[in-house]
Amino acid sequence: MSCSRRDFLKKGLVGGAVAASLPLSSFKFLTPAEAKSAVGDPAVRWGFLVDTYKCTGCGFCVKACKKENDVPYDLPITRTWVERYVITKDDETHVDSPNGDRDGFKDTKIDGKTIDPKDISKAFFVPKLCNQCDNPACVQVCPVGASYQTQDGVVLVDRKWCIGCGYCIMACPYGVRFFHPVYKVADKCTFCYHRISKGMKTACVDACPFGARQIGDLKNPDDPVTKAILTERVAVLKDEYGTKPQVFYIGLDENVR
Amino acid sequence: MVDQLLANSDLIAHGMEWTTKEGFVYPNEFIYWSIQIVLYPYMTGLVAGAFVLSSLYHVFGQEDLKDMARFSLVFSLACLPVAMMPLLMHLQQPFRGMEVLFTPHFTSAISAFGIIFTTYSIIVLSEIWFVYRVYFVEQINALKGKKDLVSSFMRTLYIILALGAYDLSNEAVAIDKKAVKILAGIGIPVACFLHGYAGFIFGSVKANALWMSPLMPVIFIMSAVVSGIALCMLTYIIIMEWKKFTTTLAKGRGDESVQLIKGAEVDVIHKTSRYLIGFLIAAITLELLDQIFRGYTAMKSWDILRSVMYGKDFVNIFILQYLFGNLVPFIMLLIPKASIKRTSVALALILFGVFMMRWNVVIGGQAFSLSFDGFMHYSMPIIPHSMETFKEGLFGALLVGATPFILFWLLNKVIPSLHFTKK
Repeated sequence: MSCSRRDFLKKGLVGGAVAASLPLSSFKFLTPAEAKSAVGDPAVRWGFLVDTYKCTGCGFCVKACKKENDVPYDLPITRTWVERYVITKDDETHVDSPNGDRDGFKDTKIDGKTIDPKDISKAFFVPKLCNQCDNPACVQVCPVGASYQTQDGVVLVDRKWCIGCGYCIMACPYGVRFFHPVYKVADKCTFCYHRISKGMKTACVDACPFGARQIGDLKNPDDPVTKAILTERVAVLKDEYGTKPQVFYIGLDENVR
Repeated sequence: MVDQLLANSDLIAHGMEWTTKEGFVYPNEFIYWSIQIVLYPYMTGLVAGAFVLSSLYHVFGQEDLKDMARFSLVFSLACLPVAMMPLLMHLQQPFRGMEVLFTPHFTSAISAFGIIFTTYSIIVLSEIWFVYRVYFVEQINALKGKKDLVSSFMRTLYIILALGAYDLSNEAVAIDKKAVKILAGIGIPVACFLHGYAGFIFGSVKANALWMSPLMPVIFIMSAVVSGIALCMLTYIIIMEWKKFTTTLAKGRGDESVQLIKGAEVDVIHKTSRYLIGFLIAAITLELLDQIFRGYTAMKSWDILRSVMYGKDFVNIFILQYLFGNLVPFIMLLIPKASIKRTSVALALILFGVFMMRWNVVIGGQAFSLSFDGFMHYSMPIIPHSMETFKEGLFGALLVGATPFILFWLLNKVIPSLHFTKK
């Protein structure tokens, strides 16, 4: 095939005109920020309140969560768990969470050790779940934007887009993420987004017999959760990482990991 | 369907099979990044190091590296696809790996991979083209008229590779040389980026007390160059020894050509090892600085880090990495009149030391819990019984480790990199 300079320029010009007439937007990829703008109500900010004084470590929340969210029941992975702390008079901290407290704490032995009740200075339970951080490290490190933050503040994982690199799992200082063995993608607590966006409570909140767990809208000053956070002495976990966690704890002890 | 899958009793959580926990560890914590992620910075390091070695000649005109330069450039190309392999093998969704190129999320260090890796590949490929263009044209002319299948296939291949540039005039060759110099010049910072960002992937994880350090990218670059140079030297020695052996068989021990090969080999190795020592000093200094700084500042995480470094991982860090991987080969290379045998042992030890450094960063960084109150131990799967234990086990690692040599052998059929200059 011969191609003179004139032909080449002619064809090039036609090709150029066609390319120029295509709208630029057809070449545009949605940034994760743009994608998230489609999800959630910006007038709402979901937040969570844990009253550690009320938690008895029964594990109903863990059980309910696993069943609600298709997390394999018999595997050690879990979206929420409860830790048991026993601090002895010699200032030793003993912690455990067998099976994430799915079946409750049935053994008085902690981490295989028997502790004489006379030696205990204090003991308590601490429920853990995703902190739905305002500045989530997991979203920052996702290489494909599959982890994203909705407008109402919940961090979600797009199961159809996650490549399963595990970078988000590494980046989370709270250890709330894991690989879902069926979907083969990163998984985590979503504040039961499928429920709260329909006006329901999360499965764990509904399952808690003692009201130790509460979910609410932090942008609504009349919400009981917001009121409690504003008026009571609350703390968050590991604030030194700058992630701005949105799960608040009443009665959080300094020994909590 | 999902219910059935969820109820499957064979279901295993990723990491469960090779992680042993001790003390208080959060329930979801496992060794998620295993042997493939150890190999990933190791392999990229080899690529970057090999390229930097070849650039030392092309850019800074280090004449003593001339023979090594061409060899290490081709070797760098052979390692290139392998830098990507461990990442792909590690992904839970390997078929979605391309998404990193399509929808890069630029706040993530990994998303830069596509851009830097592509840029770097283009530079290496075009530099090789300019280095070998004259050779392509010579081959096209030499193979002309030969009727056998192999020759005609090779000739067609060279015609395609030459891309229509058949000009062998002095001006054209001079332009080739200039282009190589420019590309090698751009290539050095890009190679450093390629590896520096691998260090950044770890160094920027604020949740991990061991990884988080601004020194991490620089440490990675230095040890990358060390490992790259060491592997190039070692491969070069093996190939030259093989050449010497076959020549000796054909022509006898005292033949002139045997002596020629031997002389060239000793010369090249002696000169290259000087650069190796330089980079080795830089790498060790930075690593020690990092360690001392952590101990001196003694942040909250230091207690657990100390118990990992001086307790659980003591053998891995201080015996295998620093003693056998750094100090011993360093002394072996410094003692004058290094023989080929002694150098080879030192090089193998250095390669092992850099591997242990990657291991101690990747696995060591997951050896303690985020709770700072428990430990995790990694036992690498040896005999695979599932795809997962193959990919993240010994055989997956061996596959990745062997691939650059197979590729190098194939590449040498087309672009021979072992023509040493006769003196």
